[in-house]
Amino acid sequence: MGRMAHSILQLARHAISGHQRWPPFWRSPQARERYDVLIIGGGGHGLATAYYLARNHGIRRAAVIERGWLGGGNTGRNTAIVRSNYLAAPSIRFYDFSLRQYEGLSRELGYNIMLSQRGVVNLAFSRHQLRLMNRRVNALRHAGVASELLTTGQIRRLMPLLREQSSAGRRLFGGFIQRRGGVVRHDAVAWGYARAADALGVDIIQDCEVTGFQTRNGAVTGVETRHGLISAPRVGIAVAGSSSVLAAKLGFDLPITSMALQAMVSEPVKPVLDVVLDGAVYVSQSDRGELVIGGGTDVYTSYAQRSGIQRVEDTMATLIDLFPAFGRLRFMRQWAGLVDLTPDASPILDSSPVNGVCLSCGWGTYGFKAIPAGGVAFAHLLATGASHPMAQAFSLGRFQSGALIDEGGSAGMDDREPLL
Amino acid sequence: MQIPCPYCGTRDALEFTWGGQAAVVRPADPQSCSDEEWCRYLFIRSNPRGPHHERWCHTYGCGQWLDVWRDTLTHVVEHAALIGVPRPRSEPSA
Repeated sequence: MGRMAHSILQLARHAISGHQRWPPFWRSPQARERYDVLIIGGGGHGLATAYYLARNHGIRRAAVIERGWLGGGNTGRNTAIVRSNYLAAPSIRFYDFSLRQYEGLSRELGYNIMLSQRGVVNLAFSRHQLRLMNRRVNALRHAGVASELLTTGQIRRLMPLLREQSSAGRRLFGGFIQRRGGVVRHDAVAWGYARAADALGVDIIQDCEVTGFQTRNGAVTGVETRHGLISAPRVGIAVAGSSSVLAAKLGFDLPITSMALQAMVSEPVKPVLDVVLDGAVYVSQSDRGELVIGGGTDVYTSYAQRSGIQRVEDTMATLIDLFPAFGRLRFMRQWAGLVDLTPDASPILDSSPVNGVCLSCGWGTYGFKAIPAGGVAFAHLLATGASHPMAQAFSLGRFQSGALIDEGGSAGMDDREPLL
Repeated sequence: MQIPCPYCGTRDALEFTWGGQAAVVRPADPQSCSDEEWCRYLFIRSNPRGPHHERWCHTYGCGQWLDVWRDTLTHVVEHAALIGVPRPRSEPSA
């Protein structure tokens, strides 16, 4: 099956027929009885993994099964930010590989993911925060990733609407920027990978919930689904906030807690914010003019894909303290996704205690920006049984050995200072 | 979400601080327990989709730590009691 190219000619032809005759981007096949590799979870990570399995490793007897619809979980719920401004060397390498893949992804998939590298800015509101940012900038530069500290004057020029000093005593000390960071059309990532994986022969099966596993002598042999049993000697689990639920069905525990992380969008307005602001509240302006806003996770575990009122209030209060003008905007939508948080805020890309089952989880609050690298590394793990060199640090065993990779600051979890 | 504090009555969850899984037991002798046991104590927490036995502190009320039984999917709080007070057998629902 050839991959349909998008061209002006195609667009013109379909415009004449009122855009009613576009062929589906991927097939909707019945599940076969047996696959070489079965991937659970049709989000960005699962679909990217399927694509790289077929492309890099020639494994085409593979399927992605998804409980809901493609990209309907965190892939379609995040705030679409991509960046690689991490702190630990393995993380910087991994996430910068991911960002480089994103830079070439529209071309590779033949599908416009609308990458906009407008720069990701973090702000410091104390000299201590600025010192931490200085350390981070140095770590990034040491790893060969460009980033720079910003003076308050530079920040003023980047974000004219920002209030530098509030009556609550908050004062801007500086910040830093990663200019290659930006935003991506998140649905397009899921759809682009799905289309490309489908064209390589991977089956994508939606509305197919996993109800159990079949194992023999400690090795997986198949997956029980709502559509019946599917046999596979290798199973990849990429289900974010539901990782613990599937692990429990397999009889092991994970160092993961599931929490709701929320986002919201305002009514559309004229361009008011050229960069992505990251930090205690993160905000960017979409191409349609809406402000896309996120905050911290809820403060208790949750499997409900909605958030508590407390974080809405916190996020709004912080945003309006930074940008008083935004207080006049009306909000259109608010929603939440289930994130899988690990104790060190770094992911787990490893085989599991059950032979044949591999895990891609613990992406926590920053799974979206990791999709291309996560896909490459997880496909490598599923195809070869060995960790990808770039993902070896993200082992399940690190919680026993103590080789944790603390990225709490990069996840916005522990170096945030309360602003108010 | 509301939590029925045994001292203060049913109050909004905003007044409470979540404390994670209830009754996590520290290995009696950390020097002699295995890495696996220590890892389990430090990092592995129950994370079910459904009923969960957990700790909450009524920070902006009486300040007491409570045992709370909450459903993580529906956020229905089934019961709250002082730590160590056993949960009464659930009545057959009418």
